[in-house]
Amino acid sequence: MLEIKNLHATVDGKDILRGVDLTINAGEVHAIMGPNGSGKSTLSYALAGREGYEVTDGEVIYDGRDLLAMAAEERAQAGVFLAFQYPVEIPGVAMSTFLRTAVNAMRRARGEDELDAIKFLKLARAKMAELEMDEKFLGRAVNVGFSGGEKKRNEVFQMAMLDPRFAVLDETDSGLDIDALKIVADGVNALRGPDRAMLVITHYQRLLDYIVPDRVHVLAKGRIVKSGGRELALELEANGYAEFDSAA
Amino acid sequence: MVASVETLKTVEDVSGGDYKYGFVTDIDSEFAPKGLNTDIVRFISAKKGEPDWLLDWRLRAFEMWQRSAAEEPSWANVKYAPIDFQDAYYYAAPKQAEAPKSLDEVDPELLETYEKLGIPLKEQEMLAGVAVDAVFDSVSVATTFKKKLHEVGVIFCPISEAVRDHPELVRKYLGSVVPVADNFYATLNSAVFSDGSFVYIPKGVRCPMELSTYFRINAAETGQFERTLIVADEGSYVSYLEGCTAPMRSEHQLHAAVVELVALEDAEIRYATVQNWYPGDAEGRGGIYNFVTKRGACRGARSRISWTQVETGSAITWKYPSVILQGDDSVGEFYSVALTANHQQADTGTKMIHIGRNTRSTVISKGISAGHGQQTYRGLVRVQGGADQARNYTQCDSLLIGDKCGGHTVPYIEVRNHKARVEHEATTSKIDDDQLFYCRQRGLSDEEAVSLIVNGFCKEVMQKLPMEFAVEAQKLLGISLEGAVG
Repeated sequence: MLEIKNLHATVDGKDILRGVDLTINAGEVHAIMGPNGSGKSTLSYALAGREGYEVTDGEVIYDGRDLLAMAAEERAQAGVFLAFQYPVEIPGVAMSTFLRTAVNAMRRARGEDELDAIKFLKLARAKMAELEMDEKFLGRAVNVGFSGGEKKRNEVFQMAMLDPRFAVLDETDSGLDIDALKIVADGVNALRGPDRAMLVITHYQRLLDYIVPDRVHVLAKGRIVKSGGRELALELEANGYAEFDSAA
Repeated sequence: MVASVETLKTVEDVSGGDYKYGFVTDIDSEFAPKGLNTDIVRFISAKKGEPDWLLDWRLRAFEMWQRSAAEEPSWANVKYAPIDFQDAYYYAAPKQAEAPKSLDEVDPELLETYEKLGIPLKEQEMLAGVAVDAVFDSVSVATTFKKKLHEVGVIFCPISEAVRDHPELVRKYLGSVVPVADNFYATLNSAVFSDGSFVYIPKGVRCPMELSTYFRINAAETGQFERTLIVADEGSYVSYLEGCTAPMRSEHQLHAAVVELVALEDAEIRYATVQNWYPGDAEGRGGIYNFVTKRGACRGARSRISWTQVETGSAITWKYPSVILQGDDSVGEFYSVALTANHQQADTGTKMIHIGRNTRSTVISKGISAGHGQQTYRGLVRVQGGADQARNYTQCDSLLIGDKCGGHTVPYIEVRNHKARVEHEATTSKIDDDQLFYCRQRGLSDEEAVSLIVNGFCKEVMQKLPMEFAVEAQKLLGISLEGAVG
C-alpha cells in the first residue's frame, strides 16, 4: 500500500530525513520508535504534505500514486490520515461543524453524496459511544480547552469518522494516563482491518503493549537502522536507544 | 439637464470576478446636472414635490455644509484622495412616465435587476414574511406587502412618500436623532438626501413581518444619499434589514446615508445590515466610499435598539451605528462583523451613550483583515452623571489573515457615574499555518479552511442575524475571502 524509497527531507535547511526506506502492506500495523530528534515527526509531516517539510530526494508510492506530488488535502481525501502529536485549537468552530465539513469534503472527493446533519449525527454518536466520549464533545470548539487525553481521544474519533486507508499516529500515547491509553488503543485496534494500514510512531514501547504491531522499526538520525518483530520493542525498552545514537 | 446611461463609462476589464453583483442595468435615467449648489437642492426637492418646510430644511443644511466644507473629517484611520464634491451627480432616477402604483407597473428591467440580485419583488415569489422597499439610485422603485402591513397600521414606504402622506410624523422625527449639524456627511445628506425608507410601527403593534430595504447604486458618477427613519411607538416591535450592492466601476462613488431610529417606551427595534457595496478591485481601484451616520435613540423607558452589521463591501467604510440610552432601563446592542480584504479600509465601531438609569449596552465587534486590508475599531462608551447602575460590556476581536494587513482598536471610555460598570475586552489573533494544515489534513482546501475558521470567529454575531440573512451573510464572507490565502 505504501512504499517509501530513499526519502530525504529538510526542515529550515537542516537535513532531518537521510534516506528512509519502508514498505507497509495493507492490513499491517508498523511501529516506528526512536530517540527525540531522530526525525519521527518529520516523517509523519512529510507523508501528510506539510509545507516547510521539503523532500529533497526519494519517492513515496501510495496505492500506485505518487504521494509527494499531491497537495495535503488531496492526500487526506485519498485516505491518508495523520493523528497529530499536538492537535491544533480552532476557537469558535464546533467539533460537529468541523468534522461534518471534513467528512463531506472526503465524500465529495470520492464522488459520494454528502451526509446531512441527521445522518452525520447518527454516525458521530455511534463512534463516540465506542470511544466512551461524551456527546457534549460535538458542541465544543475544536480542541479548545480539551485536556491532553481529550485531545488524543479526539484524534482517534476523527480517524474513526474519516475512515482512512492509511493512518499515521504520531505519539498518540504521549500525555495519556493508563486508562485513557487503553481506550485510545481499543479505538485504534477496532480500526485494524485487511484493507487498512497504520504507522504508529512512539517514543515508548508501552503503547505497543496495547496496539500490537506487525513490524517494529528503529529510526535514528534520519534513517531506519533496525527492523524486527514485536520483540524489538521490548529489547529497546530494556536497553534504550544509546546503541543507535552512537552507531548512526 | 438629462444625461443617459449609455454615455457613462463602466469598467471594461474587470480583473477580479468575485463580486457577482457588479453588473450595470441598462435603463434610461434622468439626472440632475453634475455638481452641487442651491439649484440642485431645489431640483431634488421639486422632483419629490416636497413642501416648503422641507425645502427650507434642506437649504439650511446646504448652507451649513458649505460653511463647513473645509472641515471634512480627517480623524478616521483611512486614506483617500480628496473628494471633488462638484464632480458627481446628486440625483439619478430611472425614467418612468408616472410613479408605479403597483408592482405590475414597475419597469420589467428593474424587476429583473432585483431578481439577479436575489431579491425577487413579485410578492408570490418572495421570501414569505419579508417586505421589501427597493431603492434604485435616488428613488424607491417598489415596495412590497404594503397592503398587508397597512392592515395592522404599520407604515412602510419610501420617505418621499411619507413626507407627502404622513408629514406630521416625518416633521416630528426627521433630524431628531441625527441633527442637521451633526457631522460633515450628515449635513451633506440633509441637503441632498434622495430616497430611503420610512417605517412607523403604531403603539403596541408587533410588526408581522421582517421589513427590508435593498439599496442599489446603478448610475455612474452618482452619489447615493439615502435617508431612513424608523419610529417604533410605545410597546411596539420591528425587525428591519438592509442590503446594498453596486456595479463595478473604476472610479469611486460616494454613499453618505443617514439612518435614524426612535424607540419609545417599551418598544424594540432590531436593525440588521448586510453591506456589500462594490469594494474595488484587487489593486484598490474603484469601489464605494461608505460614509454613513446611523444612530438610534432609546427615548422611552425599557426600550431596546440593536444594530447587527455584516460589512464586507466598500472601498472605505466609515460608520458608527450608535445608541443613545435615554430612557431608564433601556438597552443598546451592537454586533458587528467587518471584513477588509485587498485594499479595503474600514474605520468602524459604535457609540453607546448612557443617560438613563440602569441602562445596559453590549458591544461585540469582530474585525477580519486580509490582503492589504486595514481596519480600525473605534468605539465610545459614555456614562453620564445620572446613569446610575449603567452597565456596558464591550468585546472586540481582530483576526488577521496574512502579514500585510492591519487591525487596530481605539476604545474611548468616559464614565461620570461611580455606580456604573464598564468592561472592555479585546483580542487579536491570526489564522496560523498550524490551523490551516490541520484542516487540510482533514481534507479541506485552504479556502474552505479559512472560511470555516472565519465563520467560527464571527459566530456570535452571525447568530444575531435573522435566519434568512444569516446563510446569505455566511456565503458572502466566503466569497469575499476567496484568494485571501496564499
